[in-house]
Order: sequence, then C-alpha cells, then structure tokens
Amino acid sequence: MDLKKFRFAKTHEWATLDGNICTIGLSQFAVEQLTDVIYIDLPDVGDPAIQGDSFGEIESVKAVSDMYSPVEGEIVAINDTLALDPTQVSKDPYGKGWLIKVKLEGKPSLDHMLTHEGYQKQIAGNAH
Amino acid sequence: MTLQTALHPWHASHRARLIDFGGWDMPVLYSSIVDEHNAVRNSFGLFDVSHMGRIEVTGPQALPFLQLICSNNLATLKPGQVRYNLVCREDGNILDDILVYRLNGHYLLVVNASNREKIFSWLLKHLAGFEARVEDKTLATSMIAVQGPKALAIAKELVSPDPSLLNNYFCAMSKVMGKEALVSRTGYTGEDGIEIIVPVGEEVPLWEALAGLGATACGLGARDTLRLEAAMPLYGHEISEEVNPLEAGLAWAVKFDKGNFLGREALWEKNAKAGEIKRVGLVLEGKRIPREGCGVLGEGQGFGRVTSGTFSPTLGKAIAMAYVPATWSQPGTEVDVDIRGKRERAQVAALPFYKRARA
Repeated sequence: MDLKKFRFAKTHEWATLDGNICTIGLSQFAVEQLTDVIYIDLPDVGDPAIQGDSFGEIESVKAVSDMYSPVEGEIVAINDTLALDPTQVSKDPYGKGWLIKVKLEGKPSLDHMLTHEGYQKQIAGNAH
Repeated sequence: MTLQTALHPWHASHRARLIDFGGWDMPVLYSSIVDEHNAVRNSFGLFDVSHMGRIEVTGPQALPFLQLICSNNLATLKPGQVRYNLVCREDGNILDDILVYRLNGHYLLVVNASNREKIFSWLLKHLAGFEARVEDKTLATSMIAVQGPKALAIAKELVSPDPSLLNNYFCAMSKVMGKEALVSRTGYTGEDGIEIIVPVGEEVPLWEALAGLGATACGLGARDTLRLEAAMPLYGHEISEEVNPLEAGLAWAVKFDKGNFLGREALWEKNAKAGEIKRVGLVLEGKRIPREGCGVLGEGQGFGRVTSGTFSPTLGKAIAMAYVPATWSQPGTEVDVDIRGKRERAQVAALPFYKRARA
C-alpha cells in the first residue's frame, strides 16, 4: 500500500483518485481509535456527496461517529460487503475496508486535503 | 487532579487506553471491548476496581448509624455477609448505590468512585449523636475483581481458604498469596467471581499472578457492556439524584419495615402513588445503538429516555436500558427509539438481558 497516493481529511477520512472517481475510506488511526466496529451506516448509490457533510455513521461499542465527505459529487458505489462484515474497515482500512466511491463534479482534485505526511503530523499533535 | 490506582503503571505499560472516570485515570480497554467481554463470559477476566471508594464504619453504634443511612435492612446481616443498599436523600432520590460488608465487629462500605467524597461527607453530616467513626480507606487499599465461569477454580490457586466455599454475597478475611486480604463473592458482570481487597503494594504481584494463570485484563468498556447485559444499574445513568429506588426497579433493596432511614417517608408516599415511570430493557431490531439521552416513543402520551445503550456481544444485538411510562413497560411492547433524528424499532424486554446458568 503506497500511502503517498492517499489524501486525508482532518476528520480522518482518506481519499484516492482514479480519473474522476474518488474512493473514500477511514484512516488506520481512526479505526484504531474506534475499536470494536459493529455497524456502518452507508448512503445509497445515487445520493449526493456534499463536501464537509456527513455521508454515514460508524458504530463501535463505545460510541457512534459521523463520517464526512471530503469531496462534492454523486455517490456511484458503496462497499456493501461491510453490511455483512464491518470489521473489514478495521482489518484493511486502505483496501477492502473502503466505504464509498464518488463521481466528482468539475476538475477532479484532492489538493485541498492533507498528504499522508501532513496527516501524520496532525495526529501526532492530537496524541498526548 | 486525576487520581491513579497502584496498578496504573501496569495499565500504561500494557497499552491500555486510559480515560478519566470518576476522577481516576482508568483503563477503558487494552485491545478490544468485545474480546475482553467474551473472556469474562467464557473464561475469566481481571478488573482493577481500586477506584471504587472503600469506607470503614466502626464503633458500638455503627449498625444503628448505617441503618439510618441505608435503605436495606442491615440488622439481619450475618457476619461476613454483603448486601446491596441505596443511600437516599430525605426526598427519596438516590445519592449512591453501595455494598455494605459486615466484617468482624465493623462494617465496610464500597461506594462508587464518583460519589466517594459526597458519601463520605454525607456520613459525617449524619454521624452526630452516634458512637461511631468513619474512615476512608480507599487510598490505602487496592481492589481487584476476578470474574467469569473459571474465576473461582483459578483463584483457588492463590486464595485460601478456597473462595468457592463462600456463598454468594459473603466475604471472608483470607490468605491471598500468603498475605491477609478481604475476599468477597461479589461482582458487577453477571458472572460468578470474587473481588479482593489488599493493602496498597500487594496488588501488582497479585494482578500479575492472576494474569499468569490466564486471566484477561479487562477495562471499563467491557465492565460496562457486561453490567448492561446483566441489567445492573450504573450511577450517573440508570440511577442518580434525579430518580428514586422505586422508579429504578430497586424496590427490593428498600425495606420500609426495618425502622427509620433517610428518605423513608418520602419513598413511602411515592410507593402509595405507584411508579409512573419504570426502568425497562430495550432490544433493537436494527444495528444502530441507542445512546444515553435518546428519546423513546410509544403509543399515546408521554415519552421515555435511554440511560445506557450498547452492542451486546452475547445477544449480538443493540440493547439499552431506559425509563418509560409504566404503561409501556410490559415486555414485548413495541416502541421507537429516536437515534440521532432517525426512529428505530425496538421491543421492551425483560431484564436482565443476560443471566448466567447456575449450577
């Protein structure tokens, strides 16, 4: 896994770009903080993704957290295998644990997001 | 400033995730709440419960003093017996739920960590006129809970006499790894097990010996899912200064006929009116988990409120405890729970959600 290709949001989502299709998931750090993931509520294909808005929620034994879309567009795929096995998000957050794919509007770019290095710095700053 | 138990360095060096709980820096989990939960249901687990308050009451009038403070009858307590009690305000609402241990000529109260100072002050406030003394022993002692179907058989290796000779809710001064300790057949998980109180300094070797015998170290996260399945109330959630024992389904721990106690008169009046709200269990149809504060909606007037919710590893379902109008309290009643703006179907369930098979 080459994390250099990944961009990150401050709210712990990751995104990668393939043409104008953006794949979104949760960072390793986020799933480690959640632990015991038991349910992931994902939107429907065809729903709009709005930058900065919640597209779903993730339930762990401890708490529920919103997941925020880092991009704007139309949701064209969801990872429906997570309904059967949500633990894939923890086991393989950058691979089989992806969440949704969004078809971007306009010129596809993730430049507004953090690089892996920048994200690592942010979470190191959060840890105490 | 946050307090630390004597086991804190052990927790920190074993990758525990630590949180503030009742003024103490405590482990919430080491690896996984579900794994720790299942270890207690299937084998046995180890909990540092040193944050619980331990208050000693001594003197010739310790018993009448405690009868005034506590809701349950302590006059019938045999030496070595332990009993669940509520400490109520004069208006009947709950200051704390505690265990009272009758020891050799004196009493030990085990109170919630978050209420330790409040209860200690409450005791001092009502002590006048009684030939009794109270002493907070919390910081001088440590407390370890060993819980699960294999707990007693394993603990036997370190505890003498064999703790399985203790009846449920009894305690005895015992030898633990050769040293004096108070061992009680009590717990907060719905499983069989014991709790051990030792002087500070002896907890780390004991903890490590138990871990060496195969116990899984468990944090407060698993303690919460375990007690919720067993429908045990948690102060600050099911019980608080906002509710009385009758509403909380704890009338069994209130003995009106034992003589006067603080809150008795007010509770007697409320008892005559009968409870308008009741504590119930909820089992959700879907996977979303109700959390504290979620609204409960049902037929007709009124609404309820969730006090604790979690995913039950044993049932594989989302569960909760809630206060609802008494008319919805029948098991099987269909209700909706408002989880963050979306209604989810749920059924009222008999409590507890989990009850261990007894030999």
